[in-house]
Amino acid sequence: MKELLKVEHLTKTFTSGLIGGFEIRAVDDVNFEIKPGEIVSLVGESGSGKTTIGKLILHLLTPTSGRILFEGKDIMKLSKKEIKKNYYRKVQAVFQDPFASFNPLHEVDRAFDLVFNSFFPNLSKSERDDMINQALVQVGLNPSEVRGKYPHQLSGGQLQRVLIARSLLLKPKLLIADEAVSMLDASTRIDILNLLGDFRDKYGTAVLFITHDLALGYYISDYTIIMYRGTIVEMGDTEKVFHNPLHPYTQMLLESVPDLNVKWEFKGIEPEKEEGAVYSIQGCRYAPRCPRAKDVCFKVRPKLRELEENHWVACHLYGGE
Amino acid sequence: MSLLEVKNLKIYYKTPAGPVKAVDGVSFKVKKEEVFGIAGESGCGKSTLVHSLILRKPPMEHAGGEALFKGKNLMKLSPEEARKIRYTQLSIIPQYAMNALNPTKKIKDIVWDLAREHGHTNRSEVEKLLRERLAMVKLTPKVADMYPVELSGGMRQRATMVVSTLLNPDLLIADEITSALDVTTQRVVIELLHHFMEEDIVKSIIFVTHDLALLDKIANRTMILYAGKTAELGPTEEIINNPTHPYTQLLLNALPRMGVQYKKQKLKGIPGYPISLLNPPKGCRFYTRCPYAMDRCKDEEPPLVKVGEEHYAACHLLGGESQ
Repeated sequence: MKELLKVEHLTKTFTSGLIGGFEIRAVDDVNFEIKPGEIVSLVGESGSGKTTIGKLILHLLTPTSGRILFEGKDIMKLSKKEIKKNYYRKVQAVFQDPFASFNPLHEVDRAFDLVFNSFFPNLSKSERDDMINQALVQVGLNPSEVRGKYPHQLSGGQLQRVLIARSLLLKPKLLIADEAVSMLDASTRIDILNLLGDFRDKYGTAVLFITHDLALGYYISDYTIIMYRGTIVEMGDTEKVFHNPLHPYTQMLLESVPDLNVKWEFKGIEPEKEEGAVYSIQGCRYAPRCPRAKDVCFKVRPKLRELEENHWVACHLYGGE
Repeated sequence: MSLLEVKNLKIYYKTPAGPVKAVDGVSFKVKKEEVFGIAGESGCGKSTLVHSLILRKPPMEHAGGEALFKGKNLMKLSPEEARKIRYTQLSIIPQYAMNALNPTKKIKDIVWDLAREHGHTNRSEVEKLLRERLAMVKLTPKVADMYPVELSGGMRQRATMVVSTLLNPDLLIADEITSALDVTTQRVVIELLHHFMEEDIVKSIIFVTHDLALLDKIANRTMILYAGKTAELGPTEEIINNPTHPYTQLLLNALPRMGVQYKKQKLKGIPGYPISLLNPPKGCRFYTRCPYAMDRCKDEEPPLVKVGEEHYAACHLLGGESQ
């Protein structure tokens, strides 16, 4: 299958400090693909660069180097108008804080107006209303309970559903869901995830599910990418990454997830050594924390290698240069 | 022996529209040498409950019941008495603990202020203790000479834990202290709490969280709160493996776990949303979302009934006789 989105050697550097300062390579030479209709989770802890990647794909940030190809076209080469009219019609996003996505002074319906004005300017009022109601019903909301309400009158789960309904009005090819369920309660969160899965099944919408929560990523995604400090350390079919984690970081991450079926033994996990310097390490960025680090790990950045079909890892333990 | 005994505690928020009944008649005990977990969703009253024990301030109002801590009713303490037991007997690690420290003071100055207020006179001894404790949470002793802003979030979190426990409180309240942390950092924090117990720095912990899977790892007993009331209370293992309240059952079924994938087996959330605490219904507060709701659930409040060894739940399905 031809890929929908292809990210090639993507790098984004932020400079910190007014004069001189230091550079942080938030995203460092990242390569991956998303196929049509595929749910890919991009998993990482804070500072892994996962949100930056989402913003780069959404054209909200400009990459320092590298390319993002959507349906074969470099999105940095698109004109402003093409981005607005075409790209955002096909690529939509849902963010973490539903309360921040609404203007508290306006009724929630207004969120839909923007979509209509940009993409369906010629529809009549009643056609708009029908489409909105339909979309709301599809995400499990009762239009009469939501429409005409102000954001503070609705719960986070309801608002997040409204935002998903809005994105899905366009039946986009790709939905970027950046921590879209992290703020929701356990009892509503899973239904929002199911909604994303449901839309994929119905309309073939691919989803880039950006999360720090491995259990949620495991539940919903076909493919998993694990990031650490701006680099991809492991990626592959979700089943393979979770059941046969190869990278020491992935292994530690999985051990730290509180899963209902697993007991923890308290053996003294090493906390992260806090240093901004990790971003400038020549070798593997996980090396300072890695219990199995060798000399080479500090000097040479390991390349991603396909160890079994659809399962890639970047670690010197598994050979390579 | 219980360290804390909360009886029919009611904590309301005063608002122009009337009292918001955030905690409405909750009873439980915290025993010596146990971690007591309190779990619930946002707005269930879990934070209000624990804050009322230590930092009650308007618009929070004590509307009934008592909380006996080592024989003293925490609801009736004078500000002076409350100040005296804070940090020495009863302490809290607040939510957003990473931002809880005064940014204009060095860690050692923060700690010295605190120790002096509680009658310590030997500064070098206090600093020696601080450095020992910093080492215990795997921070370098140099942290004592640093300002909180010089530390990263995870380090500040651990520094706050040291400050909160420095004077060896009997009961430590940990309010959602891991919710803003990465899973690996969260695991470190949980291990440290465990270590504090082992080293006898604290005798008991109340661990408040929205994450049931986490309680499974640390809490001996757990109370599930729903909309200001106790839904279920019992040994954590019993609650996880043998939940009896429909809310607990549905909540556990909504949690993703390894081995369960959307493609193969869909999990289900709980339909609907919690009721408003401004004018809560007379009966069971879960009845609007409960798939087993009966007529009486609407009007009659279910009492907590014993369903197993030390295991209680409040649901009409489990019979009506009070304990």
